[in-house]
Amino acid sequence: MASPSDLAVSEMDFDALPERSWVDRIKDTARKKPLGAVSACAVIVMVLLAALANIITFYDPVQNAFDSMHVAPGAAHWFGTDQFGRDIFTRIVFGARTALFVGFSASILGSTAGLILGVGSAYFGGRFDLIFQRFMDIFISFPLIIMALSVVSIFGTGTQNVILAITIPLIPRCARVVRSSALAIREIPYVDAARALGFAHVRIIFRHMIPNVMAPYLIMLTAFLGQAILLEASLSYLGLGVQEPTPAWGLMLQGGAEEYAESAPWIPVFPGLAITAAVFAFNLFGDAVRDTLDPRLRSE
Amino acid sequence: MRNTRMKTLIVAAALLALAAWSFAPAEAAPKKGGTLKFVVGSKIPSYDGHIESTFGMIHPIRPFYSLLIRVNPDNPASPTDFVCDVCEGGVPQPTEGHTKYTFKIRDDISFHNGQKLTSADVKATYDKIISPPKGIESNRKAFFSMVKSVTAPDPKTLVFKLKYPTGAFVPALALPYNFIYAKADLDKHGHKWHQKNVNGTGAFRFVQHQPGAFVEGKRYEKYHHKGKPYLDGYRAISAPKMAIRLQAIRGDRAAIEFRGFPPKARDDLKKALGDKLTVQESDWNCNLMVTPNHKRKPFDDARVRRALTLAIDRWAGSKYLSRIAIVKTVGGVVFPKHPLAATKEELTKIAGYWPDINKSRAEAKRLLKEAGYPNGFEFTLHNRGVDQPYKVVGTWVIDQWRKIGLKVKQWVQPSGPFYATLRKKKNFDVSIDFNCQSVINPLVDVSKFISDDRAGNQYAQYQDRQLDKWFEEMNREPDVKKQRAIMRKYEKRALDEMAHQFVTLWWYKINPHRSYVKGWKIAPSHYLNQHLDNVWIDK
Repeated sequence: MASPSDLAVSEMDFDALPERSWVDRIKDTARKKPLGAVSACAVIVMVLLAALANIITFYDPVQNAFDSMHVAPGAAHWFGTDQFGRDIFTRIVFGARTALFVGFSASILGSTAGLILGVGSAYFGGRFDLIFQRFMDIFISFPLIIMALSVVSIFGTGTQNVILAITIPLIPRCARVVRSSALAIREIPYVDAARALGFAHVRIIFRHMIPNVMAPYLIMLTAFLGQAILLEASLSYLGLGVQEPTPAWGLMLQGGAEEYAESAPWIPVFPGLAITAAVFAFNLFGDAVRDTLDPRLRSE
Repeated sequence: MRNTRMKTLIVAAALLALAAWSFAPAEAAPKKGGTLKFVVGSKIPSYDGHIESTFGMIHPIRPFYSLLIRVNPDNPASPTDFVCDVCEGGVPQPTEGHTKYTFKIRDDISFHNGQKLTSADVKATYDKIISPPKGIESNRKAFFSMVKSVTAPDPKTLVFKLKYPTGAFVPALALPYNFIYAKADLDKHGHKWHQKNVNGTGAFRFVQHQPGAFVEGKRYEKYHHKGKPYLDGYRAISAPKMAIRLQAIRGDRAAIEFRGFPPKARDDLKKALGDKLTVQESDWNCNLMVTPNHKRKPFDDARVRRALTLAIDRWAGSKYLSRIAIVKTVGGVVFPKHPLAATKEELTKIAGYWPDINKSRAEAKRLLKEAGYPNGFEFTLHNRGVDQPYKVVGTWVIDQWRKIGLKVKQWVQPSGPFYATLRKKKNFDVSIDFNCQSVINPLVDVSKFISDDRAGNQYAQYQDRQLDKWFEEMNREPDVKKQRAIMRKYEKRALDEMAHQFVTLWWYKINPHRSYVKGWKIAPSHYLNQHLDNVWIDK
């Protein structure tokens, strides 16, 4: 059965529209959203750095080199070395892997779980929705970092647990937003039609409702990326995230901030800048995605 | 003629030396008054010294109490120099074949609540420490396993009788945790009263404790060491973060921190404060150990454990880590400066201390291959979530093990869960552990290596009756030379042949403090010399 949106598309006369290449579309988007374009470039650079870390760095990110302790930034070590003689540029590049892996994993898992739960809650409605939303209220009432700290203190440290710790507080936030869109979708006749045809709840939710709430889902997903990276860095800074010798920005900042802020400021400064740049880029990118996908903002 | 010239020269030199000595500035006389503010980086679990073992309690609470004997405050670096605190004269010589010690207790001492101190109070204290009633904890009960009886025949006399003669007894008496309690308090309030209440005979009286903020004490006017304390009072400020402790000293919100700072912090403070800062440094009776879990494969195999210790380059580690962490000294099981400690020559014959690290690592790889791991294996290092020196040393040993093909992840836990894992859950592969003692007493300090059913603090979970036997022999052996010979065998077996668990590096204590703090002398332990009765402020 075709949905109303499918019908609307089929009635359009595509031949009447001028053919536009994808390059033109990118240029057009970049012109309309310059900040979004810059942030998208930054995100792409970060992903490339993480993917090609082995190729673009000259040093081992975890090997101690005690004859090069506390070397200031220079030709041999662009960002200097830390207290163990490790090259900070190399560790930042490899740290991007940790940040992106944790950031993407947590935001995709959190948003997707929130999407399913939010749509499910809206679809079933009634007492189920009422009770489920009160649970969501409880989770949302805790600040992200407090919730993440609680999860880590229960399950322990380590990359998987950090992802879990970041994922859990993201779920209710996404579920709440998606539910509001799904409530409107639920009232559209094609959902009633699907019910009348005897489709299972799971099929209605996954085939007919979720595809129609993808816009808020994608907006939340991109918005969560920056938050997840920041949370990972915060947990690592507090000693509750990934552990040495794994390169991670928050961990690098923690290792250098207290003792070396004065005598070797490059140790905390560069990881701090990396966190700032990544969060800034992902937030701007999320804003641009929202502006593009949100119909109200698009019409403005 | 030549003789006359020589005599003239000698006389002239002597006169010059005399003149130089007479013009040398005399050590300033202590000044009275002022409040000492110091920062403490750990919490107070309870006030009861008999059950606690943290500097978080010792630093703020020790000044309220006295001991029977204590490490000489003027010579705290010496492992054998003890002086009387509530006893009279010097530390008594043993009689009856070195099995009886008779102490004369001073009769001019009062508790802070006004009650007189007698030998009955000291006896009640040691009864609580050595043979506490059922259900009452005592952390250092094992230190007094040689004691047969404690008696107080009259108010001025206290007698310890030992089961066998041992050099470990007198240092055990000087442990800074052996606070003297009033018998009346124990009888009236029970043996847990001191966990939340203070009534001692120390140099300072308890004023208040604001949990998480500070502990305050004021001068006890009837203190038994006449003329002391010099201070009007003190305030022990709680500051768990090192950055805050450092800034407190830098900004003169606190004058000193008694545990110790890493070298970089010392350098930064010195650079900022110049002459206003004095730095005292000392070897530290603490070491960080690596403890493999013998109940987990492949750490049940001595070859694998030997490979782990052989991979570690302690000599290079000492050189470099001492620049970033509070570790420095290479040593075996005994505190490095002690007569019972291994010499450098003796150490270099133990696995993991060989001077040629390449040869050592080649042997480690050979052992791994022989044990069935030619390509190494993966495991997790359990560690405590404290930077200095735990996490720094943890990161270092992981790198050392990489060099023999081992892939190691680090699992860091805060102190509470860390101890729970070591003591109860025991679900670790290899853990960082430590052996931190106060009074240097190697005969007892090395008990960490005996079987786990005998040592209360051995977490590797092995039993080695040979080590138990040598431990007993050492403790009952009056001849120091023979003690030393047994200690070498004990050390070789524990660290090398069986490699049950092994020492990484010994800690190094660095105490930068405001130069106006006088009288306090650094000791080889952050638990010692914290009575503060000899500290004064020169402002």
